[in-house]
Amino acid sequence: MTDKKKKFISPYEHTAPKGSEGWKELYPYFLVFQEQLKEQEEDKFFFCDSQHWPNVFKPFDAMTVEFAVKCLSQYNSRHYVIPPANGVDFKIHNGYCYMSPVAVSPELIEGRVPEFMERAGYYFQNWNELLENWHKKVKRVIDDMESIHFEPLPDRVDIQVIKDGVGLDPTFQMINDYNKLISLCYETWQYHFEFLNLGYAAYLDFFGFCKEVFPGIPDLSVAKMVQGIDVDLFRPDDELKKLAKLAISFGLEKCFEKKDVNEALHCIALEENGGQWLQAWEKAKHPWFNYTSGNGFYSSDKYWIEHLDIPYGYLKNYVEKLQRGEVIDRPTEALEAERDRITTEYAESLDDEARAIFEGKLGLARVVFPYVENHNFYIEHWAMGVFWRKTRELSRMLKEQGFWQQESDMYYFRREEILQVLFDYGNSWAVGVPAVGPAVLQEEISRRKKIVDALATAPPQPAFNNPPKVVTEPFTIMLWGITTEAVESWLGGDEKSSHMKGMAASPGLVEGYARIINDASELDQLKQGEILVTRVTAPSWAPVFNKIVATVTDIGGMMSHAAIVCREYGLPAVTGTGSASTQIKTGMKIRVDGGKGTVEILEELVEA
Amino acid sequence: MKPTYSLFFKDAKPEQLESLGGKGKSLASMSQADLPVPQGFCVTTDAFVAFIQDLMTAKGLFASLAKLDTKNMGSLDKLSGEIRSQILNKTIAADIQEDILASYRSLCEMYGKEGELPVAVRSSATAEDLPDASFAGQQDTYLWVVGEDEVLSHIKMCWASLYTSRAIAYRKDHNIPEEDIHMSVVVQKMVNARVAGVTMTLNPTNGDRTKIAIEASYGLGESVVSGTVTPDNYLMDKVIFELVESSIQDKKIALIPDPANKRVIEIEVDPVKATEACLTRDELIFISKIAKRIEKHYGCPQDIEWALDADAEGEEAFTLLQSRPETVWSNKKTETKKHYMSGMQGLVGSLINPLSAKK
Repeated sequence: MTDKKKKFISPYEHTAPKGSEGWKELYPYFLVFQEQLKEQEEDKFFFCDSQHWPNVFKPFDAMTVEFAVKCLSQYNSRHYVIPPANGVDFKIHNGYCYMSPVAVSPELIEGRVPEFMERAGYYFQNWNELLENWHKKVKRVIDDMESIHFEPLPDRVDIQVIKDGVGLDPTFQMINDYNKLISLCYETWQYHFEFLNLGYAAYLDFFGFCKEVFPGIPDLSVAKMVQGIDVDLFRPDDELKKLAKLAISFGLEKCFEKKDVNEALHCIALEENGGQWLQAWEKAKHPWFNYTSGNGFYSSDKYWIEHLDIPYGYLKNYVEKLQRGEVIDRPTEALEAERDRITTEYAESLDDEARAIFEGKLGLARVVFPYVENHNFYIEHWAMGVFWRKTRELSRMLKEQGFWQQESDMYYFRREEILQVLFDYGNSWAVGVPAVGPAVLQEEISRRKKIVDALATAPPQPAFNNPPKVVTEPFTIMLWGITTEAVESWLGGDEKSSHMKGMAASPGLVEGYARIINDASELDQLKQGEILVTRVTAPSWAPVFNKIVATVTDIGGMMSHAAIVCREYGLPAVTGTGSASTQIKTGMKIRVDGGKGTVEILEELVEA
Repeated sequence: MKPTYSLFFKDAKPEQLESLGGKGKSLASMSQADLPVPQGFCVTTDAFVAFIQDLMTAKGLFASLAKLDTKNMGSLDKLSGEIRSQILNKTIAADIQEDILASYRSLCEMYGKEGELPVAVRSSATAEDLPDASFAGQQDTYLWVVGEDEVLSHIKMCWASLYTSRAIAYRKDHNIPEEDIHMSVVVQKMVNARVAGVTMTLNPTNGDRTKIAIEASYGLGESVVSGTVTPDNYLMDKVIFELVESSIQDKKIALIPDPANKRVIEIEVDPVKATEACLTRDELIFISKIAKRIEKHYGCPQDIEWALDADAEGEEAFTLLQSRPETVWSNKKTETKKHYMSGMQGLVGSLINPLSAKK
């Protein structure tokens, strides 16, 4: 046994994997640890946010963490003046991102209260009207993105441009469109946090009150009282279930024996009621197939609407289940009855005065909480889905112009570098000479690919520098599940252990065989009855939750995606274990206790 | 009409409950509410009255009791001893005996142990006949009684326990007429407890009614109740039945039945087992669920004695031995009432001081 470490490694001492030399140039200068600021940066405690960004960033994709965390921060610090919390400082190191919440000095907290009351109070009081407006704003952003198209520059400027005396060429439009697309993405992330921080604040208030009046109340009880039943986030999966039932009622089962989605759709089209079913399928696609199998933060995310084989796979599975007479519906009525029972029983144990306050706080939490669950569909899935689709359209167009060889190559450039490429393209078009890019960019892309691949060979550190004595920052606890205990367990986490501790995120005790999933693309390896063990899950993995019997994640709190989905599906989940996905191997027999938050390896693998 | 001398818990009608004594009445009401008490029957107060009247009148003992000066310890002890030996030596009248033995036989049959079922024989007095609650605890309880003759003689031992010097003196001092006293005797299937304990349907440390506190140790529950071992301590959430806290103790000894010698013996627990939790998670859950049902039945927080019967599996093993109202927190008006902030004030408070949110 070695002594427990007292602090985490400094990012300045944490070396990058071989072959990744020069990685810092891939990211904005203000998002990497700069030598000149060593002393200042080593003073802060950073933890890795692999909950949202589990994989190494390609340069373009780093925009997601930049926009998201900056916008989260601005609402704490500048919009609502959250008394104890400023923004969250963030850096990219060796390809992964690390967060450092910025607390407000204790002596300044009191002074911020009146402003917070006025600003946040206004949102709480006008929540529903403001939220209705939010939906309009987000829909407008999505429509604006949809209206953007990137097409090759024409041989001549259109005659109408001449006749109307427009006096502008198509490169002007193309550059504007590119800037507009980036700006719309930025706008999306502004809206993402307009309500989220306040939603968490109200939840936290109810949470804290419950902990006070029901000492020791399981976190799960609080979550269950607040949790929504009919959540938009589950609509895509629900739509597939509806389609599966419709297929059965129309007698289309045999078409679902086809492996390929196009063959299946072709088969359906030839059936008697096929046309009607296809109409329903088309209707479900918009908007519900704007749904990623990742989490919306990566250009490599696969969205259903562009990869119909993904929803088809789930749909096929549902049809087969129905044929076997299995029930595929979420037990929404039972969940609702259970939520009412739990709430009533806790409320009844209080005296009249405390009960009135309990009901007030619960009421607010229930008004605001649907946003916390639903925003995900509108932002990460729908809006980001359209955004990535449009960037791919651009990359494809530039590929056709010879700037690179693969559609995914564009993402090896930072967003401002793309602007240069567009000017190169426009310039060559105007001057009438070949563009420079096609001659030089491929080499740079290959160099950067090697760097990114090299970075991906090493997992991130759980944290950097000195841990805080106690973690008190409310959002750190709620969003990331970073508690004093969690940080301590990471420090002791070097030792291999067959016992792991995490958050008791969804109750139930299950034993079974583990399947390690490192990426959404590996999801099809999951077999019926296995336990999903992964760094982090995305809510869009919902359909696989019909196959598995429990979930274990490295990172995530009570309100993480995995926790919410597992509770919804009635599966045990332990989140925030720190290292389960590296300590457990596929095929090991493990025991998951979602009520206690423990995971135990029961049978090691026999070495071949 | 011939009085009813013996009554199964399940069969007692409302108007008959008084004839079962305190403990018997409570067992009958629990049994009839489908709470998992061990099966059994009561030898009614009518049986006691018939037996005692017969004896006392024949021997002129009521008169001796009336004349007795309780300050004279010598004569008090002498009379007490005489009455008790008379009780033990007198044969129970045939009609009473037949009723009791018929009940014992059918109890044996229920468990497929013809004439051999070990039972607990306990006195079930009516409260006003007893000096105080702690005295009630000294009322005789006989465990692992097996066979018809043994059952009969232990019933008489229970009856005799009403005539200790202290009990006689108490009644005299409080002007309770000897002719009015009643006692019932409970004869109940002996639970072969592998684990036993007590459960409170609130958190005894702070009165929080959304928790269930469970104390448990190996073997018969007497070791937990009497405090001869430090039991495991578990705190369960009463609403969603999650384990909130637990403290596992070194439970070195256990009381177990020694059926051959019809007694209970103290054994040392295997050292590894002693330090392990004596209840599984599933057991904690069903104990909590049943405790919650018992509380609901009585309409107030309860203090429950129970055992897990080694002869049964799963939830069926749960055996309710006794349930009383919890008194400490139930009688306490929350005098130190906390003031909670509501609305935005409360929200600000939660954000500034989220420490409570961490636990």
